[in-house]
Amino acid sequence: MNIVVFVKQIPDPAMPGELTAENTLKREGKLILDESDSYGVEMALQLADKAGGGEVTLVSMAPNNEVSGLRTALAMGAAKAILISDDALPGSDALGTAKVLAKAVERAGEVDLVLAATESTDGYTGTTPAQVAELLGWPSLTFAKHIEIADGKATIQRQTEAGYDVVEAPLPAVVSVTAGVVEPRYPSFKGIMAAKNKPVDEVKVTDLGLTAEQLGWAGARQQITSVAAAPAREAGEKIEDDGAAHEQIVAFLERLKVI
Amino acid sequence: MKIWVYAEPAPEGDKPATSTLELLTKARELGDTVEAIYVGANADAMAPALGEHGATKVYAVDRGEALAGVVGAAALAALVEANQPDLILFAQSYDGRDALARLSVKLDRPVLTNGTDLKVDGDKAVVGTAIFGGNTLVDTKFTGPGPFLAAIRPKSFAAEPGGGGAATVEQVAAPDAGRAGEARVLEHHVEEQEGPKLEEAAVVVSGGRGLGSAEAYEPIVEGLAKLLKGASGASRAIVDAGWVPYAKQVGQTGKTVKPKVYVALGISGATQHLVGMKGSDNIIAVNKDSEAPIFSVADLGVVGDVHKVVPKLIEALQARG
Ligand SMILES: Cc1cc2nc3c(=O)[nH]c(=O)nc-3n(C[C@H](O)[C@H](O)[C@H](O)COP(=O)(O)OP(=O)(O)OC[C@H]3O[C@@H](n4cnc5c(N)ncnc54)[C@H](O)[C@@H]3O)c2cc1C
Ligand SMILES: Cc1cc2nc3c(=O)[nH]c(=O)nc-3n(C[C@H](O)[C@H](O)[C@H](O)COP(=O)(O)OP(=O)(O)OC[C@H]3O[C@@H](n4cnc5c(N)ncnc54)[C@H](O)[C@@H]3O)c2cc1C
Repeated sequence: MNIVVFVKQIPDPAMPGELTAENTLKREGKLILDESDSYGVEMALQLADKAGGGEVTLVSMAPNNEVSGLRTALAMGAAKAILISDDALPGSDALGTAKVLAKAVERAGEVDLVLAATESTDGYTGTTPAQVAELLGWPSLTFAKHIEIADGKATIQRQTEAGYDVVEAPLPAVVSVTAGVVEPRYPSFKGIMAAKNKPVDEVKVTDLGLTAEQLGWAGARQQITSVAAAPAREAGEKIEDDGAAHEQIVAFLERLKVI
Repeated sequence: MKIWVYAEPAPEGDKPATSTLELLTKARELGDTVEAIYVGANADAMAPALGEHGATKVYAVDRGEALAGVVGAAALAALVEANQPDLILFAQSYDGRDALARLSVKLDRPVLTNGTDLKVDGDKAVVGTAIFGGNTLVDTKFTGPGPFLAAIRPKSFAAEPGGGGAATVEQVAAPDAGRAGEARVLEHHVEEQEGPKLEEAAVVVSGGRGLGSAEAYEPIVEGLAKLLKGASGASRAIVDAGWVPYAKQVGQTGKTVKPKVYVALGISGATQHLVGMKGSDNIIAVNKDSEAPIFSVADLGVVGDVHKVVPKLIEALQARG
């Protein structure tokens, strides 16, 4: 089974975020594999393993031919990667990104399944996987917390407000996974060494048959009109528990007429 | 401005979701015409509440066992063509995002998601979002042609009835969604739900990794929530650890809550958690670390051990009867 996994390479989420003069996220410096996507990579490796054949291909759209996040996913065991990096891309929104990713899936050849996270850590638009599915004309199974593949079909447990639904679709399909769907493995030393020589197909948007006008700032058709600090919430009273703090909580709840 | 709201059923299935009523309330304030599209079986049962909150008309589409978002997007694309709405609002929900994503491709329109505010500037819609864990507010305006497509986080607006009568229901045939429409819902599973709902409870008691173990959640967090007739919530750390189901997660990638009182037990107060609860009227926090960021938003901060403070609190509340 051939599986494509979308892996976004993002600035370290532990670092405080910053905006550029154009009001976009600063993406300078080292990028890392989005942890959300590590679940997709692990899931893909396990599913390919179970199917007893086929490959896992990574697809990433990133600035400056960035590969550090891709190398992490290759070190986990993916076979190869397609990287789309182009001066036409800065400013792209989720739809523009989806157009690029969908074309990359087509470039990957015979694909049975595309895996993505439900939302990225830095952008968290949460629409890209279903947009890609629509562009490809495929079914999408979103918010999966469990996946089974059998008889040419994907069956998932789809997160709902009340619990979960069991949902099924014929392959090929796009599936987006939630955190915790599997436990991602740590790359082994051998894996890290092997990753250095795995093929990364670097492509430009014109290689994908897209034009610069569809992407980047021009394609996004939106404009940031204001950036402001949120009103801060004042800290109230802080007490050390000397064994009687619960009494103060009771008094506080009484004042609020909750009890 | 003609505004449409993508209506969803509440989990119980017989009335609209609160998030839908919130969107209608806001649409009523901003639009001249407010209509809803509803994908599901029992549109007639939804019509009174949809009308009361502002929709004059509801386009109803039966989805059979297909996923709602695929059918919704296909139906919307056809309806948009004939009716030319200016703005279509979706809840930042599972089905809402599916429908929004597919519709954006069909219409070739961008999306703005995770909205927490909505305005109209001339003939364009402006969506407010909160970034960097809610510390920075950003307004983004659509610049291209409409219809504009936006998803708004639940609890961003209050749901208030406007006194309108039931919406008229116009049944619309489900269009053929091709291969995409072949996804089928086979089973529904409802996870236990006792007491008030997290998003609607007046009191929310949440637990974090500071509880120390999964076993502590029931006596400490649920025990206190029950006594305060509230709902129990959680930080992502203990959801990811598998201590409690995702449905309980409060925060950026979980639920937004705005109760009268929020009690945070053993939660550090990472920005992604704060963004989901700092709109609460009052916040009580118990944390061992006096430097924990949760104290910067707490009205009453207790520096202490949850295993010492909470059992005594539960006892004191029980003693009051
Ligand atoms: C050089 C450059 C500059 C950019 N500048 C901006 C900007 O200024 N403003 C802006 O809004 N966007 C910008 N983007 C695009 C942005 O990074 C997002 O990819 C895009 O907005 C999609 O949104 P999201 O991450 O919120 O998607 P979501 O829908 O939240 O993502 C869900 C999943 O889709 C997949 N996915 C999403 N994006 C990618 C990707 N790039 N590569 C591989 N998989 C992916 C992942 O599996 C992800 O977990 C830029 C991209 C590049 C390459
Ligand atoms: C993109 C993204 C999205 C995220 N979304 C969310 C989200 O929606 N919701 C969310 O909650 N998090 C979210 N997170 C995770 C968030 O950053 C934190 O990791 C998480 O909130 C930490 O959970 P915690 O406070 O329970 O755990 P910790 O950070 O481990 O904190 C535990 C706290 O308990 C205290 N403690 C320990 N023992 C005791 C004791 N006996 N008594 C009292 N106090 C004690 C400690 O002092 C500490 O402050 C997100 C992260 C990212 C990157």
